[in-house]
Amino acid sequence: MSNIGSYEKRRENFSWDIAKEVLAWKEDEILNIGAMCSDRICAQGKGDKKALIWQGFGGKQKTYTFNDLRVLSNGFAKFLQDLGVAPGEKVCLFMDKIPELYVSFLGVLKMGAVAQPLFSAFGDESLEVRLLSADTKVIFTTRKHVKKVRKIQDRLPALEKIVVVEGNPNKLRDEEIYMSMEDFRVENFKVYEAGPDTPSVLHYTSGTTGQPKGAQHGHGSIWGQALTTSWVLDLKDDDIYWCTADPGWVTGTSYGIIGPWSLGVTQCVLDSGFTSAAWYKFIQENKVTVWYSAPTAIRSLMRDGEELVKQYDLSSLRHLASVGEPLNAEAVIWSEKVYGLPFLDTFWQTETGSMMITNIPGVKIKPGSMGKPFPGIEAGILDLQTNEPVTEPGTVGLIAFRPGWPSMFKEYVKKPDIYRSKFVGAADDAMPAELRVDESIWYVSGDRASFDKDGYYWFVGRDDDVINTGGHLVGPFEIESALVEHEAIAEAAAIGKPDEVNMEVVKVFITLNPSFEPSDDLELNIMNFIRKRLSPLAMPQEIEYMEKLPKTRSGKILRRYLKALEWGHEVGDLSTLEDD
Amino acid sequence: MADEMRDMILEYVIDEYVDEEDDEEVSFDTPLISSGIVDSFSMVSLKVFLEKKCKVSLPDKEATPEAFDTVNKICELVRRFQA
Repeated sequence: MSNIGSYEKRRENFSWDIAKEVLAWKEDEILNIGAMCSDRICAQGKGDKKALIWQGFGGKQKTYTFNDLRVLSNGFAKFLQDLGVAPGEKVCLFMDKIPELYVSFLGVLKMGAVAQPLFSAFGDESLEVRLLSADTKVIFTTRKHVKKVRKIQDRLPALEKIVVVEGNPNKLRDEEIYMSMEDFRVENFKVYEAGPDTPSVLHYTSGTTGQPKGAQHGHGSIWGQALTTSWVLDLKDDDIYWCTADPGWVTGTSYGIIGPWSLGVTQCVLDSGFTSAAWYKFIQENKVTVWYSAPTAIRSLMRDGEELVKQYDLSSLRHLASVGEPLNAEAVIWSEKVYGLPFLDTFWQTETGSMMITNIPGVKIKPGSMGKPFPGIEAGILDLQTNEPVTEPGTVGLIAFRPGWPSMFKEYVKKPDIYRSKFVGAADDAMPAELRVDESIWYVSGDRASFDKDGYYWFVGRDDDVINTGGHLVGPFEIESALVEHEAIAEAAAIGKPDEVNMEVVKVFITLNPSFEPSDDLELNIMNFIRKRLSPLAMPQEIEYMEKLPKTRSGKILRRYLKALEWGHEVGDLSTLEDD
Repeated sequence: MADEMRDMILEYVIDEYVDEEDDEEVSFDTPLISSGIVDSFSMVSLKVFLEKKCKVSLPDKEATPEAFDTVNKICELVRRFQA
């Protein structure tokens, strides 16, 4: 029997307070994600239960109980207090998927600061933009990644402390602090009492224009994350759960930390490069029961074939789900064939904080469909011209949601106008606090879809130029801005190009400055330039040299024109195209 | 010729993936992917380098983290597809 039981009945009789019942929450308890994922589980008598089974490069293994999480996260919290960090200040977590990342996340939240996890493969420029935007005060990193921080620290006036939590302490500079997690086991810590809107986690997300925006979440997000984890991922007390996402992205915190640990469930983390064999071995050795992964990985597993699957005992698996980009029907059918279980696609985004439209245990799957709105979520498809909700099945429009769910982002850091622009029907002067509870307006996701006569949603694509590569959103503006800093490049346009495994990869169109000629060396040089500055995800996998880029008469590069040509779509209205 | 290719790949790995401040020795048998020197995302640029410099096409299916884990293994892979 699944945790959710009847989807239809849950929709009829829904209240977010059910999340409190699921967590056996009492109203006099402290709301704080950090404590609810550690202290609270220990108070329930599960202190000795395994919380984290971690495996790193070279087969290194470590295991932590919920009591370990409690005292070690207390250690991080106290350490930050002693550094002079105040509640509400931003603490960046910039490291690989090592245990310190997961534990420090809880510690930061416990003392009331804001956890800002950033993908450790980010280059120095991507890091700088995000730390500058957030006025980040402290960064926890490792010896391996501190070098990127050093390159930019002089341009970050708010950054006061650089703390290195792994690696050789003798290699650090004088102003850097070394902290070994194991040396900071603190039995008692007074947890910061948060409210539902108290800032908790800050994730950056890319848009079509401008630099990435910081989507700020609050401690009340836990209700949405816990309930969706229970009902969609169907986690039960004796499960061994594996979420393959990196906490540098929202899936890795909402469902790689908060969801499972708030429910007191054991989870596994594999911090080493992807290979199908290594993943199957990991499932086999740890007897993983519930697996939450991403279409890119699933398609890579498909590519490596069924024969490899047969070499491993994967019989522990009982439930699979997927997130990051639409999961194609073939992958759903394939997984049912080879694992005996279909991957259930889930749709949500950084801003929503938790699952919105999803396939649900016990509800018939239509392979390739996003599923149906989670109980308590009012979803709609808005007409592309009028923004009115469409009623006719099959009509493509914008996916939108009525505000008010607990995990909804609270604001874009320092960008109230952009926050407001995400809502249809909002007053011109409405502030984030009003918008996020106004159930008469729509929050627009930026994705297009349609629904069918049975109420299933079907993804069509992004409504903007943001590139979704391997489940991660990459902003074309960020890539273009970095490209034109390369000495050879005069102008640049970046688009997503179709890719069998990653859904999209970055393709760029460039014009060269005089005295530069196209060559293999230049191409590699440009690729590595972007890889190091931004991230490997943003690295162009194809570079096309052009004499000139298509522009509007006002001089704006027509990205959508290039994208339409690349995808073989109609190029649309070209009346604004600059004449030759 | 084989040694030349090996040297060229090692030099590229050191130039592009090993930070100047790192004092770790990278040799032909140093694990690259499984030690974290080259992250799995960055394998793509390494593959492009090999394809362009060694004039070879490496199928995605073969360009696995295992096959890219040391300079020696990379050379084996490249030679297999050059043949």
